[in-house]
Amino acid sequence: MKLTEKQIEVLAILENNSARIPVEDIAKMAELSKAETETILDKLEEMKVLVRYNSVIDWSKVDGHEGVTAMIDVKVAPKRGVGFDEVAQRIYRFKEVRSVYLMSGAYDLSVIIEGRSMNEVARFVSEKLSTLDSVLSTTTHFILKKYKHDGTIFEQNEDDKRIVVSP
Amino acid sequence: MNGTKSYLSKTVEELKPSGIRRFFDLAAGMEGVISLGVGEPDFITPWSVREAAILSLEQGYTSYTANAGLMELREEIAGYMQKGFGVSYSPRSEIIVTVGASQALDIALRAILDPGDEVIVVEPSFVSYVPLVSLAGGVPVQVQTLKENGFKILPEQLEKVITDRTKAIILCSPNNPTGTMLNGSELEAIAQIAEKYDLLVLSDEIYAELAYDGEYTSFATISGMKKRTILISGFSKGFAMTGWRLGFVCAPETISQAMLKIHQYAMMCAPTMAQFAALEALKTGRSDVEDMKKSYKRRRNYFVQSLNELGLTCHVPGGAFYAFPSIESTGLSSEEFAEKLLLEEKVAVVPGNIFGESGEGHVRCSYATSMELLQEAIKRIGHFLKRNQKA
Repeated sequence: MKLTEKQIEVLAILENNSARIPVEDIAKMAELSKAETETILDKLEEMKVLVRYNSVIDWSKVDGHEGVTAMIDVKVAPKRGVGFDEVAQRIYRFKEVRSVYLMSGAYDLSVIIEGRSMNEVARFVSEKLSTLDSVLSTTTHFILKKYKHDGTIFEQNEDDKRIVVSP
Repeated sequence: MNGTKSYLSKTVEELKPSGIRRFFDLAAGMEGVISLGVGEPDFITPWSVREAAILSLEQGYTSYTANAGLMELREEIAGYMQKGFGVSYSPRSEIIVTVGASQALDIALRAILDPGDEVIVVEPSFVSYVPLVSLAGGVPVQVQTLKENGFKILPEQLEKVITDRTKAIILCSPNNPTGTMLNGSELEAIAQIAEKYDLLVLSDEIYAELAYDGEYTSFATISGMKKRTILISGFSKGFAMTGWRLGFVCAPETISQAMLKIHQYAMMCAPTMAQFAALEALKTGRSDVEDMKKSYKRRRNYFVQSLNELGLTCHVPGGAFYAFPSIESTGLSSEEFAEKLLLEEKVAVVPGNIFGESGEGHVRCSYATSMELLQEAIKRIGHFLKRNQKA
């Protein structure tokens, strides 16, 4: 998809700043008017380039929100005509599934599952995922701690270490 | 000491302490201050660069380097200047690695000045130019630029102050504190004067990496100027390496070798681990610099437009990371404005008069601060202005 320079600039601003940044401020940063910026945002959303305004949340810090994330390596038998797409589709429709990637190497699909407990994830894998026709095998890795997610470092002391006034 | 005799040199006794000092003392100890007062990036040195310094320590590179710096680093600097700025210097005889651009400036002035020689300093200027000229035995001659000209120096202004004793002009583009950047033809006009009066030009290009609008022109690339230019640069601003104290200076061989004499006696060489860090910065840090520059430009656009909307009129700075808005609408002096703003709204800015008389009526705001803090600072400045507008 060929985007204009300004469309790309607006995307870069969104990617590098909080999703809460007001449209007026995006406009100033990209040297656009507010109306122009709104048009660009609408267009990007319509083209599904701008898919979602995301927030990265460290749930491990929130009481009562201790979920479990697992990465599952899945080997599948691809089907004639539809390859891996059909089985991927059957997998990503489950609401427990956060991401599905087709991989090169030792296995075919990488599936990321989020559940409330280890039990819930285990049950999903054994009852739903492994029993799919094309699935040959699964290997489940539980995530023990998130250090960095989507480019965001979770436990970083980001205090400004500069002195207040300097030459 | 019996109290009557001063043991200090007259030059040092007469030197004024930096006006920034007072604001540092004032802000120290206050909590919740948003600092727009800093002259340095808000990025931490890229990890790959920090990691290279750690590795050099692990490998035991803890001894002196050659006086002029690691040969490998000088070669890399030569390549960087050639590729990035189109000017070629011999790593063997024309490049010296220094302890920050500040030391480069110091040895340059000491190498060229005899007592009484005059050096033209274009104002508003970085706080150390004038004192460093005096410390080198020279006489600083300040030329004031006007905000109506976007703080650009006009050739006729220079010509007016040139005397038989004038030896050099100090230029800084993009400028600290105004952010003003001179384009090729503006530098050309200055070059003609340098040629006509046989002057050297100390070109402080520490902010060259942070030029946002249009092509950056290094003074040494202007026809006939390489032999008159002492080009000062470093890693502090572009590569976010202020604390490493690593700069460099490029100049024709006779001047370089004179500077090297001072450098080898006074400093021996720049710190070795910082040199290894700089080497890595030049080898792999280009994409980090590009990312940081893009981020500064977006923040500049936001901040300068927001200041203008608040009525603090401000030209669009072409480079560096400073906005230099006029505060005349408040009727306050720049010192009063900075002090009141700090005490009432906890936003630290630097009064313009610290950078020379022509800076009066302005304050320097560094926008090298996170967008969240810039947004908050704009809010606070807005509140402040509501209470402090001239009737």
